[in-house]
Amino acid sequence: MSHPSSKSKPWQAIRTEAIESLLNELGVIDSARVDEIVHHYEEHVGPKTGAHVVARAWSDPAFKQRLLTDGLAACAELGIGGPETEMLHVLENTPTVHNVVVCTLCSCYPWPILGLPPAWYKSSAYRSRLVREPRKVLAEMGLELPEAVELRVWDSVAEIRYLVLPEQPPATQGMSEDALAALVTRDAMIGVAKVTALSLPFADSGE
Amino acid sequence: MNGIHDMGGLHGFGRVEPEIDEPVFHSEWESRVFCMTQVLDTTGIWNLDEHRHEIELMDAASYLTDGYYGRWLFAMERLLARKNIVRHEEVEARIAEYCADVRHPVAPSGAGRNWPLPEHMKIRWGAWRKEIEVTPKYQVGEAVRVRNIHPEGHTRVTAYTRGKVGTIAIVNAQAWVLPDTRAHHRGENLQPVYSVRFAAQDLWGPQAEANHFLHVDLSEDHLESVSGAD
Repeated sequence: MSHPSSKSKPWQAIRTEAIESLLNELGVIDSARVDEIVHHYEEHVGPKTGAHVVARAWSDPAFKQRLLTDGLAACAELGIGGPETEMLHVLENTPTVHNVVVCTLCSCYPWPILGLPPAWYKSSAYRSRLVREPRKVLAEMGLELPEAVELRVWDSVAEIRYLVLPEQPPATQGMSEDALAALVTRDAMIGVAKVTALSLPFADSGE
Repeated sequence: MNGIHDMGGLHGFGRVEPEIDEPVFHSEWESRVFCMTQVLDTTGIWNLDEHRHEIELMDAASYLTDGYYGRWLFAMERLLARKNIVRHEEVEARIAEYCADVRHPVAPSGAGRNWPLPEHMKIRWGAWRKEIEVTPKYQVGEAVRVRNIHPEGHTRVTAYTRGKVGTIAIVNAQAWVLPDTRAHHRGENLQPVYSVRFAAQDLWGPQAEANHFLHVDLSEDHLESVSGAD
């Protein structure tokens, strides 16, 4: 399988190193700070943050209401926030409406909630096609949506960010927030997948 | 500008190919470029709109083959040169030193460059001015047409919506910076941003898929009332 977006050109690493060393010597940046940010994005930010928000919304109707009213304020209650998200609209998927998010102009994405976007979200294929033939794209990615379901594609080309609130699988009613969060995938929060109960860790335990 | 970055609706890019167990960064240089940019973003050297515009100025072939972080590398280097903070020749000289295994590269001289950044060059970050209020011109449910404009510079009006009629779905009645002017240091032009809802048929005609709607974010200056009154 080819991943054009992940293929480096050989000169890119040395060029980056040259610029970083010059910026350090001039005192424009401090590489120790760059190290901290790398660590932050590699270890502390990611879709688990968003999954926690979704699980809370599923478990707490009042929180869900606040989340749908002002996404960022509700996330702040959970200590979540950061750069590249000044406003967050949360889009609720229902049996009759399915939401999915793209940025056709670059690759805008709610970094503090979902971490950095996957390569496919930044790919030319996703950015060009999702707005024109979303059902086909979603079907290729494994999500077949009946025509009766209204499909809303959100092109997030301004500074407002979007998070999809997936439908809670009926079989998961009453589960703990942590168990729910473990089921919520990044793809479901972008809107290219649904959350399923199939990956329940103890689904086959014979209870 | 009408560039390759404005991809909505283009044909020919094939399937979306998700990667199993994808790492946050695919190589170390990607993580350095991304995180160096995060640090540089806080220095007042540039704003996010001119950073995005710099990426748009890449030649189309490089845009498509340098990768996402390759575009960021391009923008970082070009903006640092444009602002006279790190010159292109200095980067080339440093690379030559690496290639020649020079043990102690020549440190750059501080003279003749804009670092520390002079006060008048410092740029304010952030896209929403919380201290200012604006009054939205359009209301939820109102029909609007996207202006048919093709500016040479930066704009966030996607080509596939220009000239099309949609309905206001969300009013973001805050004072948002207009990227089209801030990217070129021609003012912040604070104004509301709307989510405008389009029926897919109105954008893609007979090739549109069934029961499909697009919600596209657009600044107030990019819209006009359908009556043409403004």
